[in-house]
Amino acid sequence: MKNTLRQVFHSSKFVVGFCIFAAILLTMIIYPLYNPGSPLEMIGVGTFAKPGTYVSLYDATKAPVETLRLSDADDKRIAASLSQDDRIAMVEWFTIMEIDVSDLDISDTDALLALWREHYDPSVKPKGMTMAKRNYYKRLNNALLELQGADTLIIADTDEETGALVEKSKITKTDYVNVSTVANVKVLPLGTDNFGRDVLKELVSATGTSILIGIIAGTVATLIGLTLGLLAGYVGGFVDDFIMFITNIFTVIPGFVLLILISYSLGQEQRGATVVAVVIGFTSWTWTARSVRSQVISLRNRDHVNLSKLSGHSLVRIVLTDILPYIASYVVMAFILQVSSGILAEAQLSLLGLGPKTTEVPTLGLMMNWAMLYSAHTNGSWWAYFPVILTIALISFSLNLMNTGLDQVFNPTLRD
Amino acid sequence: MSEVVRKDFTNAPLCLSGRGVAKIFGMGNNKTTAVDYVDFDFHEGEFVSIVGESGSGKTTLSKMLLGLLNPSDGEILFQGKPRDISTGRKRKEYWKGIQAIFQDPFSSFNTFQKIDTVLLDCINMRGGRNLPKEKKIEMMTEACSFVNLKFAELTNKYPFELSGGQMQRLMIARIFLLRPKILLADEPTSMVDACSRATILDMLLNLRDETGMTVIFITHDIGLAYYISDTVYIMEHGKFVEFGKADEVIINPKAEYTKRLISDVPKIHEEWDLSTVDLLNA
Repeated sequence: MKNTLRQVFHSSKFVVGFCIFAAILLTMIIYPLYNPGSPLEMIGVGTFAKPGTYVSLYDATKAPVETLRLSDADDKRIAASLSQDDRIAMVEWFTIMEIDVSDLDISDTDALLALWREHYDPSVKPKGMTMAKRNYYKRLNNALLELQGADTLIIADTDEETGALVEKSKITKTDYVNVSTVANVKVLPLGTDNFGRDVLKELVSATGTSILIGIIAGTVATLIGLTLGLLAGYVGGFVDDFIMFITNIFTVIPGFVLLILISYSLGQEQRGATVVAVVIGFTSWTWTARSVRSQVISLRNRDHVNLSKLSGHSLVRIVLTDILPYIASYVVMAFILQVSSGILAEAQLSLLGLGPKTTEVPTLGLMMNWAMLYSAHTNGSWWAYFPVILTIALISFSLNLMNTGLDQVFNPTLRD
Repeated sequence: MSEVVRKDFTNAPLCLSGRGVAKIFGMGNNKTTAVDYVDFDFHEGEFVSIVGESGSGKTTLSKMLLGLLNPSDGEILFQGKPRDISTGRKRKEYWKGIQAIFQDPFSSFNTFQKIDTVLLDCINMRGGRNLPKEKKIEMMTEACSFVNLKFAELTNKYPFELSGGQMQRLMIARIFLLRPKILLADEPTSMVDACSRATILDMLLNLRDETGMTVIFITHDIGLAYYISDTVYIMEHGKFVEFGKADEVIINPKAEYTKRLISDVPKIHEEWDLSTVDLLNA
């Protein structure tokens, strides 16, 4: 056993796969300690908040102020508030005014503003320009002037008696607060999803659920396949024919179709994560059964099995001690692949809306389903689905890598 | 090696006999008759050799005798009564009376079980499950020393840590513990070197003398069979072409096949007669 483990951990493929998988597992365990709470809590009101650090504006106005005079602060402020559309419109204006803009860089805010100040005149009425467009330019100009002009913002409160606004404090352009002194700062590394949930927290929780679903599905499939394969292979005769008949029926009916039908007939309310996992397991045991059977058939006439029979051992004991250990490495490899395909099957099912019910736990497939339903892929909210795809890919990559590594250790024809 | 004293077993009580025993594999055009309706009588305490070339059906016959294969036809009688191994319990009872040593020691043991387990199984089978631990160890030590192995060195080891000769001797130690009425030795010496072969044969003979068991020795080496057995059965293509006392069969062979087998044995002081080989190819 010790020797086998040492051999297994000498395989670089297995080690890489194992490390990736262990890292995912560790994240699953550690992250909820650092960021506790329900992963399905809707913290955001809007949909799809971008990834980043969110600072409470209310708390920031109350935080101690430091004055910093930064020379490029104005430019940055203007640059941030000038949208791409505004910039294009400005270039359009220059073209109308017949100014050469061939060497103007549109993202160079300074140059753009300098040119604007020089050439914009609200009184000019270019030929063919609509009133609306002219007003747009006026508004743009006013906004730019305001950004450069006004130095302070006033925070006011309504007086309880008179209802008039009473100035409470002023914020100047040179006022800065240290982020660590602001009471509420929320880091959303992957933003929020369509329901306003923290995607990263949801993802970590979903990964855990999906791996659990994979493990349950893999265990169910391997147990059924192993039991039937061992029985069919060792007992032979009528038992073998009967079991192989059932197995062949399950093989010719595509497993996924069966999975869809069972999931659909169970209904949304019955489909907990465990139920879905068991259903996946029940539809994917066939090839384990077939390959275990063929391995057992080649083992059952070996002399050590005959010797065990002659020692008066029972069928169960012979199967467990004289046959199972010889195919154990193969079964472990099959189990790993079953886990991987279980996770993928859950993702496929959920994407079709036949996954576990949505109110209890998130799964990777459900996250994809939500992202798709709220068209995250068309409105550019990559953070709602891309990390999920990446996680699924990483999990099945690591599991398959582990399987290949084990194959190289245990399969003599692949050994180098 | 101890000198073999040949006794006459014709009138000894029957131990295992067969009437019209056959094994046919496959169906239709693929039909292969491995054992072709043979009769035999093995007596108590007899050392019987079944000699034949590869593929003559020796191993199939031995598997049927052991009850690992069901005969396609015929009847096997155990101690004069028809053998009944229809249920697990009856099979277990039958296997208390008949045991085997296989050809390949390297594949005869479960590599995941320690040597102690193999020997303890034998004690359990003989009803010694509830014996005190010291007694069990004493029995195992005795069995090992019978085959020149030291139990203290073997305990907690796995079979694959032993040499082929040691494994085959461990097999004999197993038989020593079980003391069956019949021992079926299926080419026990063909996978071990010449020195170990003599030791193993010697041990088999000692075991026979000590326990009075019947030994059915299956071999392709007629010289070896002549050397150790009381009775010899010559098998060709699933049939017994000749059988009788070892001296009679080997000194005055009647069947062509026996003559060929005898001439095929290389002799140290004579030129090897290969003329029969051409005859075979012709």
